[in-house]
Amino acid sequence: MTAVTALLRQLGTGLRFLLVMTVLLGLIYPLAVWAIGQIGFRDQANGSLIHSNGQVVGSQLIGQEFSGTRWFHSRPSATATTPYDGLASGGSNLGPTNPELVKLVKERKAEVARQNGVPESAVPPDAVTASASGLDPHISPAYADIQVNRVARANGLSPAQVRALVAQHTDHPSLGFLGEPGVNVVELNLALARLSGTR
Amino acid sequence: MSPGLTAVLLVAVLVTLLAVVHRPFGDYMAWVYTSEKDLKVERWLYRAVRVNPRSQQGWTIYAASLVAFSIVSVLFLYLLQRLQSFLPWSVGMKPVPPDGAFNTAVSFVTNTNWQWYSGESTMSYLTQMAGLTVQNFLSAAVGMAVAIALVRGFARRKTRELGNFWVDLTRTTLRILLPLSFVAAIILLANGVIQNLADPTTVHTLAGATQHLPGGNVASQEAIKDLGTNGGGPFNANSAHPFENPTGFTNLFEIFLLLVIPFSLPATFGRMVGNLKQGYAILAAMGVIWIGAVVAMYAVEFAHPGAALQAAGGALEGKETRLGVSSSPLFAVSTTLTSTGAVNSMHSSYTALGGGITIFDMVLGEVAPGGTGSGLYGMLILAVVAVFVAGLMVGRTPEYLGKKIGAREMKLVSLYILTTPALVLMGAGLALALSAGRSSILNPGPHGLSEVLYAFTSASNNNGSAFAGLSANTPFYNTALGLAMLFGRFVPMVLVLALAGSLASQKPVPETAGTLRTQSPLFVGMLAGVAIIVAGLTFFPALALGPIAEGLL
Repeated sequence: MTAVTALLRQLGTGLRFLLVMTVLLGLIYPLAVWAIGQIGFRDQANGSLIHSNGQVVGSQLIGQEFSGTRWFHSRPSATATTPYDGLASGGSNLGPTNPELVKLVKERKAEVARQNGVPESAVPPDAVTASASGLDPHISPAYADIQVNRVARANGLSPAQVRALVAQHTDHPSLGFLGEPGVNVVELNLALARLSGTR
Repeated sequence: MSPGLTAVLLVAVLVTLLAVVHRPFGDYMAWVYTSEKDLKVERWLYRAVRVNPRSQQGWTIYAASLVAFSIVSVLFLYLLQRLQSFLPWSVGMKPVPPDGAFNTAVSFVTNTNWQWYSGESTMSYLTQMAGLTVQNFLSAAVGMAVAIALVRGFARRKTRELGNFWVDLTRTTLRILLPLSFVAAIILLANGVIQNLADPTTVHTLAGATQHLPGGNVASQEAIKDLGTNGGGPFNANSAHPFENPTGFTNLFEIFLLLVIPFSLPATFGRMVGNLKQGYAILAAMGVIWIGAVVAMYAVEFAHPGAALQAAGGALEGKETRLGVSSSPLFAVSTTLTSTGAVNSMHSSYTALGGGITIFDMVLGEVAPGGTGSGLYGMLILAVVAVFVAGLMVGRTPEYLGKKIGAREMKLVSLYILTTPALVLMGAGLALALSAGRSSILNPGPHGLSEVLYAFTSASNNNGSAFAGLSANTPFYNTALGLAMLFGRFVPMVLVLALAGSLASQKPVPETAGTLRTQSPLFVGMLAGVAIIVAGLTFFPALALGPIAEGLL
């Protein structure tokens, strides 16, 4: 039998095999995991959503854009057209020597320093760089720290109260080394809004 | 805890886990491929697809089955994408354009998982499940089948029989990939990876805006995406997306998943050829290269050279806070040294030399430890080159595992070694020569060249990760990279099967005092050296113009 006739004979087997496997791997497998998720891990399976006043106000896992003095600010986001677009995840992909990125970093650094009344040397790297997903829910504890005084003043709270909230909403890596510590900005700002009585 | 210590602990824990698991898991896989018994569900499946599980195939029929199956798979996946808007769970997605659908069909069938699109805005839930997830399983299984056929070529004597492609595919899927993916998916689910069929959730943000969060069956796809060294995630940001990789734990777990099969297959190989030490030698060569790349990557990322990263004070552009510089590079090295191509951070924004390491990882040919199956057969090809070089030095006919490496074998091996470099260098050269290729570049200077080099390296080696600044969704790139993936996958596979056929037909020569000891540390050093020298000599000029030039700026 030549290779070509062998090939033709195997096409039929291939098609039957693919159809059976599509049912098993493409329907039964994901739907079984789906069923387990919807029964056993409902919260996680549906996106770890945060509810407030009967509305979905965010996800514990997905960051949001904040501006103005009363909120803690998230990291810069490079999602397409608008920052923190949940349907357009992605990074800037700007290279480490790209003059455009150099300019962006320097501008952001000056802006963050000015807004929070701290020297530029106090601005940590995550405050001036876009994350990989553009949806990073966290900022570093250092970036939260330089924002505390501004946020406290704008909300009529004491810096100590705000600092306690930051500590409450800092996620520490499991076992101390699985990842890095981060302050969850959405949860922190929600707690802040509740404390200052705006929500 | 300092980021440096975090990194050291992560590597140590990962290595320990793999060291504990690889022997028993490798033995289990050897049993899967040598067992005489079929499971009940397998017997049912063989009847349904009309395959006689006891029939044996020579290399030509084995290769014909593989090619036929891949043709059917590409056509099916192409049609599914073109018709997705008319099928259930379309969540409003339009049909994928022809060039894009071709590229994606090839991409997933070749285990590359290059993605020109953003999953959350292009693919329907049905396409993700019944198309992409299915090929995540089957393309990985095809790679393992070819590796096992080559191992049988070494293990068997005076026969044309290499096994049965359909049986190898079935057993790989049902006994290895599916049960492990199922468990992994549940673990990911419990840690925050989503699994739902809901339309995107509308969020009323605290600041008063609206945000839409994607849904989808992500956990089930994420598990096999990593385990099968595929890399094609449901979202554009891939494993950097918090819904795919929500915590430091899931990050380590995903790295473990993408390494566990490739690092365990050498034990399977050792078991099947009846000499565990031969397996350890292959494993050691893989391990040495992997750990070397990990150390080098951490060194440059912590040092963060490059004007923008120096201005920022750290290499955090394109990295997530929860993963940082301590947990991102380990993924980057592991994904480019296996043929995975998933990313938890944006390689284009790595330091110039860090980006260079990811390219170098891929041009090694995905062998340390490489993709599921493709890593083992790639490394065994290099082992043949290594014994050939050693044979030339001492003036003896080279042999490996008792099989003579003659003119026919070396011709096949040479063609294998030449295929991907030819695709990478000619493809990248062509793209840079044409305005259609150059106009997609994002970053100026040498980084732009790296983007194009990365794309063709990734496609031809079936990796799938990207320097994603390149706007690759153009008819030119969709077609050129699609062809690179196709030839980069199937030409080497057919050559490997031909080699397997040639080896299986030989009668083994008895071992003598003059036989090169291929289980010795000396041979491990030679093998790792051959891998690095072959890739280094071939790609040094291109790397010098891209990442190395940028690193010196």
